[in-house]
Amino acid sequence: MTAEKDQFRPADHPNDHFLMTTVVGSYPKPKWHNRARDLYEDPDADFDEEAWQEAKDDAARLITSEHERAGIDVVVDGEMRRNEMVEFFAHRIDGYEFNGPVKVWGHNYFNKPSVVDEVAYGDSWLVDEYEFTASVADRPVKVPITGPYTLASWSFNEVYEDEETLAYELADLVNEEIEKLVDAGARYIQIDEPALATTPDDHAIVKACLDRIVAGIDEDVRIGLHVCYGDYSRIYPEMLEFPVDELDLELANGDFEQVDVFKDPTFTKDLAFGVIDAHDAEVESVEEVKANIKKGLEIVPPEQLVVSPDCGLKLLPREVAFEKTQTLATAARELEAELDRGTVDPVSLRAD
Amino acid sequence: MTEFVATTLGLLPLPDWAKRDLEDLKGHQKHDLVDGNESEAVRAVYAEAREELLEAQADADIDVLVEGQLRWDDMLVHPLAVHDAVETHGIVRYYDNNNFYREPVVTGELTFDGDMAADLETATEYTDDLGAVIPGPYTLADLATDEYYGDEDAFLEALAAFLADEIKAFPDVETVLIAAPSLATAPPAAPERVADAIDTVVDATDAETILYPYWDALDAETYAAVADSDVDTLGFDLVSAWDQHVENVQSGPAPERVALGIVDGQNTRTESPAEIRETATDFFEETGIDPAVAYLMPNTGTFYLPTNRFVDKLDALGATSARPEATQ
Repeated sequence: MTAEKDQFRPADHPNDHFLMTTVVGSYPKPKWHNRARDLYEDPDADFDEEAWQEAKDDAARLITSEHERAGIDVVVDGEMRRNEMVEFFAHRIDGYEFNGPVKVWGHNYFNKPSVVDEVAYGDSWLVDEYEFTASVADRPVKVPITGPYTLASWSFNEVYEDEETLAYELADLVNEEIEKLVDAGARYIQIDEPALATTPDDHAIVKACLDRIVAGIDEDVRIGLHVCYGDYSRIYPEMLEFPVDELDLELANGDFEQVDVFKDPTFTKDLAFGVIDAHDAEVESVEEVKANIKKGLEIVPPEQLVVSPDCGLKLLPREVAFEKTQTLATAARELEAELDRGTVDPVSLRAD
Repeated sequence: MTEFVATTLGLLPLPDWAKRDLEDLKGHQKHDLVDGNESEAVRAVYAEAREELLEAQADADIDVLVEGQLRWDDMLVHPLAVHDAVETHGIVRYYDNNNFYREPVVTGELTFDGDMAADLETATEYTDDLGAVIPGPYTLADLATDEYYGDEDAFLEALAAFLADEIKAFPDVETVLIAAPSLATAPPAAPERVADAIDTVVDATDAETILYPYWDALDAETYAAVADSDVDTLGFDLVSAWDQHVENVQSGPAPERVALGIVDGQNTRTESPAEIRETATDFFEETGIDPAVAYLMPNTGTFYLPTNRFVDKLDALGATSARPEATQ
């Protein structure tokens, strides 16, 4: 492992142990921000591009700071500038077009884009977002990017022979974007591949995508992979072959039933362990979250553990998202202190 | 000389205005989905959307029109999801799609319901060329959970009997298409029992019956069993598993009437009428069959598509039947 999490340890970190805390990405948008979008999209409203830009900047500033106030070590802007995880990128990649909403379930729709021409790198995707967030943050900033396999799976493909070919083409574009982000100063990138959970047999395609994504990227740049809501036994231990520093997994929602999957063979990556349920509005107690983190310590030693929610928190009420995030940070700090004092023994946790 | 007949199967995509109106009227959560007791306002939106889609099919020169199954929030399990003897549980994935439905759990006797017949009845006001689309008994058994009938055979038989009763209440329709994806994606252990269940269903109607498995080809045993059943027309999803279909037809009985899923219901790329006909004739040539009738259709429901591409594909399909062609 080369991109150690210790590079993100705050100078004033209170404990010897460092269970780095971070989040997956999305966060509830302030109501005024949604209203601002409605106004921006209403041709009759007096709300221009400049006003919308100001609203996005204000929201990004606010939510970045909200993560810092919650005590998170590596922060994000809560994806305040993004509408949806595929749409946002498809709008920026040449070769895509939009034809209208399609059903996901019930009356939940998604503007599924079509690839109608060869995909190419057009406008920068996230450099402005990163530079702004980094300029307003006092903590290190992580950049979540939707991965090429998910971008390919959740699009109509009118051009390429198959989805795999499209995914590889998109992986090259993600690589180009990461190069630009790294040039702008980014040190921590998270690739989001939720589609892998729905088609776990494609793990070799995801690995080949990741090989392309990290090609030529400085080894000090930390690359994480987030996969959520699936049967991990179908992609573990194959995931250990992925060229990433960290695997970010959702485990709280399934009551940690899948923890044993990762015990054999030994987990050799850093583990960003989901300890907060993103789909339950009840805020966990600090004690509960500490117990959850200990389940992560059954898999890896503290040096390899990162503490994170299951997934983006955007579907929760904002005050609930804040309290959950704060609880996560508090629980991690308390557990670090217990590890320092020796009242929690990671070796015996792993041995159990 | 094969007669080409253009048709489609559900679910059709709701018009965008209806998506917006129903979002406001129904909400986004699982308890907001159609349960058979919708408000008048919700029913009115569906009625208007149904009429609009029947007009769109007629405008596109589709020969056998469908009601569209617009109310089927839970896709093919809808007839169970709205039934009084069925509870709906959590949201589960629909095949390998990025779509979800409520898991139906059968907790009592599946008595006559009439939900499908009522929607078909409203559609007969707009067309005389109506085709019904129903889920197959095995597909329902595969997607649902049984907590009442106790064993697999009894459950399958009960589902077949339930569907037969529902069909008997249908208005006059030209065709009854049995949508049967699970037959292909999760091959049955006892194909002959499935064929019996299909007989129960098709014997309940005088209309032409079409068995349409999709997302894969049937395995050889299942193909042989259903080809031997009372169903009039066998369907082939030619988007999904060309080679296996060819093998099945070459080694099994040659069907005299076929339904071909040629237009990709899950991709926005629009096929031309010439391409659709060519795919059909290529299939005839490769398998050596010369069917009397070939229904040309999308390979799946088209609710996966945005509205504009759905209309483009309808137009392409409709244009294929205008010029029937010889297969030689």
